[in-house]
Amino acid sequence: MFSLERMLKIWAKYGSMYWSGLGYTLLFALFGVFMGLVLGMILASGRMLRTDPQDQAYRKGLKWIARSICSIYVEIFRATPMIVQVFVIYYGVGNVLKLPDPAMNRMFWGMMAVGFNSAAYMSEVIRSGIGAVPAGQMEAARCLGMSHWKAMCHVILPQAVRNILPAMCNEFVTIIKETSVLGMVGIVELMFRAQSIAKQTFIFLEPYVIVAIMYFIVVFPLSKIIAAVERRMNKSVTR
Amino acid sequence: MSLDKEKEVLIRVKDLEKHFKHNPVLRGISTDICKGDVVAVIGPSGSGKSTFLRCLNLLERPTQGKVIFEGTDITSKATKLDAMRQKIGMVFQQFNLFTNMTVMDNVCSGPVLVKGMKREDAQKIAQGLLDRVGLGDRGDAYPVQLSGGQQQRVAIARALAMQPDVMLFDEPTSALDPEMVHEVLDVIRSLAETGMTMVIVTHEMGFAREVANRVLFIDEGVIMEDAAPEEFFAAPKNPRLREFLSKVL
Repeated sequence: MFSLERMLKIWAKYGSMYWSGLGYTLLFALFGVFMGLVLGMILASGRMLRTDPQDQAYRKGLKWIARSICSIYVEIFRATPMIVQVFVIYYGVGNVLKLPDPAMNRMFWGMMAVGFNSAAYMSEVIRSGIGAVPAGQMEAARCLGMSHWKAMCHVILPQAVRNILPAMCNEFVTIIKETSVLGMVGIVELMFRAQSIAKQTFIFLEPYVIVAIMYFIVVFPLSKIIAAVERRMNKSVTR
Repeated sequence: MSLDKEKEVLIRVKDLEKHFKHNPVLRGISTDICKGDVVAVIGPSGSGKSTFLRCLNLLERPTQGKVIFEGTDITSKATKLDAMRQKIGMVFQQFNLFTNMTVMDNVCSGPVLVKGMKREDAQKIAQGLLDRVGLGDRGDAYPVQLSGGQQQRVAIARALAMQPDVMLFDEPTSALDPEMVHEVLDVIRSLAETGMTMVIVTHEMGFAREVANRVLFIDEGVIMEDAAPEEFFAAPKNPRLREFLSKVL
């Protein structure tokens, strides 16, 4: 049975461990979205490559290959659970390209796994954010004589950012929760800390209730703030 | 300017065909648009008239045939399209103002971003154009803050800022509330008076009759009638045009 007293005792004794666990969790999540953003941009631009009738045959071929690779990447990462990805990347790649220190190695490949996963989702966020800009905007820019690239930089992307930003923050929130699977391969973060405390104390419910509360007090206000910002952004530019 | 240059061909369209998948929308269109011409294009919806217009600056790439603009075949793969498009202004049914820019920046966008003009110089030109379309005091507004008619007038100013040799209008008043149609037509009319070459796809028959010196009737992807407005409306030869006019007039 759950006991509040027991929980408070655990908190009093292991509070600092939880805090540092939360610190790692946020660090992984921040790194994950950052890497996801960079790699996601590359993936999104790869998936959006369109062949131009003016392209030579070899360019058409290269574009097709790049587009296919990016699509396959995104579909694989979106259609498999993150926990499986973490295991495959950690035991697969992490055992081949080893960092000297085992703890560092774990952490590094754990972070990479989060980043790889987030990139797949981020690329879709970016792609749909750009896709949501009306086609007429690009047409109008091209009619003035702007190149595709110029139109992208000055017209399409500034508008797409408005669509992308809120979705990107939501992805950050999702990642915060999903990093909990990293504990499964022995990477120190919030969930891992709870596991070790449970093993040490033979108390199994309360350590996890504390974890739940900690995730909640981070994620809930964050998602509310994002929703509020999103509402304000929509108010200023309704079309 | 000498008079014999008046009939200089600006755009020559040769056997233009456009198929979407297997649906032939344009089935062989040939015509010359001369300098100073104001050509109104009318026809039932789905007739291909908008597609025809969009082929003139290659927003749609023709399946067959050629579009020759000022002597250059712009359908050729070797042609630098961006350079050609600077001389072909276009105004859309949905205005398509850049929503992330102010009215002033919209009008400056072509000269600054494409021609590399200094911002101050571009703003002078833009201010003049905005005055001309009656919106000189709205430079700081964003497109969402303007009515449809105002947005369309800004869109015309934006196209004019590139000092194009021809202006294409794709149903410029079809998305407007009725009371705003005249303010946009007034601007187009005054533009015609300056001698600007224009191709206007429109449903405004009265306007076409008044402002155009040539009217094309496009149906089923071909030009069925091509005549001066008096003749076009008073004595239409083509039976389909007669039927169309009897429905809309």
